[in-house]
Amino acid sequence: MSRTDPLIEGAFWQRQNEVIERTFLEAEQLHHLKETLDSVYSNVPFYKSRFEKAGLIPGDIRSLGDLRRLPFTTSDDLRAAYPFGMLAVSKEDVVRLHTSSGTTGKPKAIFFSRQDIENSSDLIARCLVMTGTGRGDILQNMMTYGMFTGALVMHYGAEKVGALVIPAGPGNSDRQISFMQDFGVTAFHITPSYALYISSLMQERGIDPGKDLSLKRAYLGAEPYTEETRRKIEYIFGIDVYNCYGLTEMNGPGVAFECMHKNGMHLWEDHFLMEIINPDTGEVLEDGEKGELVLTSLRREAMPLIRYRTRDITRIMPDNCECGRTHRRISRILGRSDDMFIARGVNIFPQQIEQVLMGIKGVAQNYQIVLESFDDITVRAEISKDLFDGNIEHLLDLQTEIADKIRAEIIVKPKVELLEPGALPVSEGKAKRVIDNRTM
Amino acid sequence: MDKVRQVSVFSENKPGRIQKITGIFGEEGINILAISITSTNGFGIIKLLVDKCDLAYEKLKEHGFTVKLSEVLAIEMKDSPGGLHEVSQILSDKGINIENAYVYVVESRARAYLLVEVKDIEKAREILAGSNLNFFRHEDF
Ligand SMILES: [Zn+2]
Repeated sequence: MSRTDPLIEGAFWQRQNEVIERTFLEAEQLHHLKETLDSVYSNVPFYKSRFEKAGLIPGDIRSLGDLRRLPFTTSDDLRAAYPFGMLAVSKEDVVRLHTSSGTTGKPKAIFFSRQDIENSSDLIARCLVMTGTGRGDILQNMMTYGMFTGALVMHYGAEKVGALVIPAGPGNSDRQISFMQDFGVTAFHITPSYALYISSLMQERGIDPGKDLSLKRAYLGAEPYTEETRRKIEYIFGIDVYNCYGLTEMNGPGVAFECMHKNGMHLWEDHFLMEIINPDTGEVLEDGEKGELVLTSLRREAMPLIRYRTRDITRIMPDNCECGRTHRRISRILGRSDDMFIARGVNIFPQQIEQVLMGIKGVAQNYQIVLESFDDITVRAEISKDLFDGNIEHLLDLQTEIADKIRAEIIVKPKVELLEPGALPVSEGKAKRVIDNRTM
Repeated sequence: MDKVRQVSVFSENKPGRIQKITGIFGEEGINILAISITSTNGFGIIKLLVDKCDLAYEKLKEHGFTVKLSEVLAIEMKDSPGGLHEVSQILSDKGINIENAYVYVVESRARAYLLVEVKDIEKAREILAGSNLNFFRHEDF
């Protein structure tokens, strides 16, 4: 289904930076780390007092290995610093504000200098070029514009490489489909759940997304999803799907991105230092071990962050990639430490359940996990319209298959509810997968 | 042996699903001749014998229902005590396993049909060809 275009092998936006030798890269990293530490120590009172508490001054950090002596920054720190507390430059040097809202409390205010905007677009440009998007491409940007960085940063990067950008945003799905048809859209940027929704809508309208459109590739981000979901989207649309990773606190999307080999995302290490830690103890883990990604920005001016805890669970893939880029890859995001829930004492990520469901014939793409108590999980899955044969035994078998396969994955056996297709709310943005009705 | 088709509809166990179906049928002038509802584990399947089968199928689909058309055996039986026993005895003698069955009464206390779902309908038809069972006739609609 998916095809790798031989033309994009060897396509680089900033070749020198992307294939830089590791020793040079590390020297550069240390240089920028020192600059960053000097900047936050002298300009951000929060960091000054944090460093003092740890008994450190920037000069104590002499190697990249010293990084782990520094304290972490958390999203709670950013909320506490709202609105201007984390700013490392004067307000006059800030050209943009984004906020990232949590479910509770104050938002996080994230500032960009002109150079920060420039850098974030360059990183996205690298990502686009290495997957074949450039001049002549038409990119439909179906992420949320506004306070969320996802759409805007992609927008800037795509314009930078010379693509024609349609700033569609999410929603108004029939219009989205018309745009794709009328303008011959070749690439789109979208959340996985919205991609699945759009595909089923196209089929309802009698459009074969694999045959009737000019789509070549999609960039998927903003919510974690599984390899099964990627393949499904590639299959339905007949395109290549690339994973992207980013967060507003670190310039938005384009922090890490898949190359044409689609095997892990290159994290741009000339802009970010990465560590993987045990989320419970804070201990730094070896390359290859699964844990929480911690990022230190190396070139951010307006709002550098030191050892920022992303809450995203992944692992570093230390091997060299065939594409020649020397920046190490991270695996797809396995979950958010925030999304993780506990049932019967077991740590569970919604993605584990999603992965199982995607592998079962007879289940449609939408699902929900409902938590009513600490002992039980209910998985609500829509049955597939096409596979319904009117036989109740087959549905009971399906119910059992789902429960057993999920149990094999997460140890806990869920209750399974089979729903009519379309019964669950469709999302035109981020899907809400876990409904937690538990009270302490 | 005239072919008889039924419409199967998947439904969650929630109020209003049947009314929705009967409402659509009312608007389209579709008559329900027989109905069977099986429900278990939070969902159910409604099977319907109607006079305008294809129209019913299309309209339900249009309204977002998950539907399937399939064929059933419609075996004539007396609408009197023992009528069902007689038919099921013959089926069991011939080794035909009933997956699901319900009744369509044409004329109360006189004539009815047992609507039978089997795994392999072609084979069942062959087996029953020589039996003394009577099957559905179109003029009964
Ligand atoms: Zn690569």
